Amino acid sequence: MSETLAEIVKFDNVGLRYGTDPEVLSNLSFTLYPGSFYFLTGASGAGKTSLLKMLYLAQAPSRGAIRMFGQDLVTMPRSRLPELRRRLGVVFQNFRLVPYLTAFDNVALPLRLAGADEKKVQRAVSDMLDWVGLAHRAHAVPPTMSGGEQQRVAIARAVIARPKMLIADEPTGNVDPDMALKLLRLFEALNNRVGTTVVVATHDVHLLKKVPDSLIMRLHKGQLSDPTGALRYPPRPGGSIGGGGAGGGGA
Amino acid sequence: MSTLPPLPAEAEPDDTPPERPQGRAAARLLPPTRLTGPIPWVIAILIALVVIATAGGLALRNLATAASTGLSSAVSVQVIEPNPDLRGFRSAEAVRTLTAIPGVSAVRVVPEAELVAMLEPWLGEGARSGDVPIPALIDVELAGSAGPPEIARIEAALAAKVPGARVDAQGDFLRPVNDALAALQWLALGLVLLVALATAAAVWLAARNAFAAARETVEIMHLLGASGRQIAAVFLRDVLREAAAGALLGAGLGLAAVWLLGQQFAALGSGMVSGGGLMLADWLVIATVPLAGVLLALVTARITIALALKDML
Repeated sequence: MSETLAEIVKFDNVGLRYGTDPEVLSNLSFTLYPGSFYFLTGASGAGKTSLLKMLYLAQAPSRGAIRMFGQDLVTMPRSRLPELRRRLGVVFQNFRLVPYLTAFDNVALPLRLAGADEKKVQRAVSDMLDWVGLAHRAHAVPPTMSGGEQQRVAIARAVIARPKMLIADEPTGNVDPDMALKLLRLFEALNNRVGTTVVVATHDVHLLKKVPDSLIMRLHKGQLSDPTGALRYPPRPGGSIGGGGAGGGGA
Repeated sequence: MSTLPPLPAEAEPDDTPPERPQGRAAARLLPPTRLTGPIPWVIAILIALVVIATAGGLALRNLATAASTGLSSAVSVQVIEPNPDLRGFRSAEAVRTLTAIPGVSAVRVVPEAELVAMLEPWLGEGARSGDVPIPALIDVELAGSAGPPEIARIEAALAAKVPGARVDAQGDFLRPVNDALAALQWLALGLVLLVALATAAAVWLAARNAFAAARETVEIMHLLGASGRQIAAVFLRDVLREAAAGALLGAGLGLAAVWLLGQQFAALGSGMVSGGGLMLADWLVIATVPLAGVLLALVTARITIALALKDML
């Protein structure tokens, strides 16, 4: 493995079970590198959301080790988790917007949590809402917005703070094809221009073809496979997305 | 379409990382909730009870102190002799003996008319007729307190010259009353502690319910990188508002009740009851009750929220 390429995430023989049920994810071992663009695919119930939950630090593994941004998640103190979470941008499957905050305040939340200057917050959020086509809905609250509008607010909130890694769970599920492509381009732009590592979970096979340099991780019955070599290193001969690479040990 | 809008990180890359909002700044991350639900009312009732119990306890303490202070250095000497002439002779002898004892500051023979007036409600006309022999009574005031050694010293001095003299510390007559007042003070203190526990329990339940109701919001903030202190600040702000509103109302209700009770007791015109009035220091103690209630609510809520956050990764 190249020593010059710092890993963003490293899973080592990770398993996950809920309670005493059988493992929903087994023996996951892979590494994500800066600037990579991943699609995580698999049928419903394959474990995509469970894997993403571990990636965005909402779920601890039942076994194995996870390193993120150079930190061992098993041994690091809980008090340092918020610091790691602020380096992530997450688009949740059900959006998870704060229902009594306006679209503007929902998008502004990550910047305000990080203590950004309010003038910058106002400008950045206005620009972002304009970009996702919701400037006219800035003062609407989520319950009055359509599913597609809520999804765009969720995406705007996930990318507003320029995260080191963007994790999106079915981010285009509720929008029309044009908007889906536009949002995907936003992810690509983040990936190319800022070097953000992007992980998009989807079961839309058409979406995979829209990002030609992307790598695909496929989950089947809790196990990972790598049809594009995403789990090997180097992932593709000469492959480089946004100046980075991706790969790791197979599952 | 592929151009990103300028964002703070890109516009000013050399900016030093800003300081994350804490305390009041963190509390402003989410808008305040409206004052709804029973908690402010529950806190108001509990604070009112604590105010009344505290005022009652302090009044009882003042009453006991006033009663003890007046009688602690007083001694009664009874010259028990049925023969009026001999009784008069022995009384005069007792006064001479008592006056000569070091530490005795005043000696007064209670006039017979005064004694008769005191006994008349019990003895009726018999008290005036002379059919019932009434002991002579001498009030003695000591420079210090009338403890058992002083009583023993006076008894020894009188024993040779005034046979049949009986010496009593006046404070002894009030001992059962003082014991009862002390028990009532402990009762008031126990009541204050019990109500404080009930307040803590009410706030604990309220904070848990509020936290459960807002769990989705808490999880969102948590996953967006909010620290436990930032999340707690949001909830503590709401608990503070509810507790402060309840404490203010409760203090008002409690003080009104204390004032009314004070008026009722003052109307009795009893010398003993008037000793139970509240002093400035007592009012200051009572004023700390709502403040302590708010503090208790905040500490309880902080612990509740910390425990709830522990359940999250």
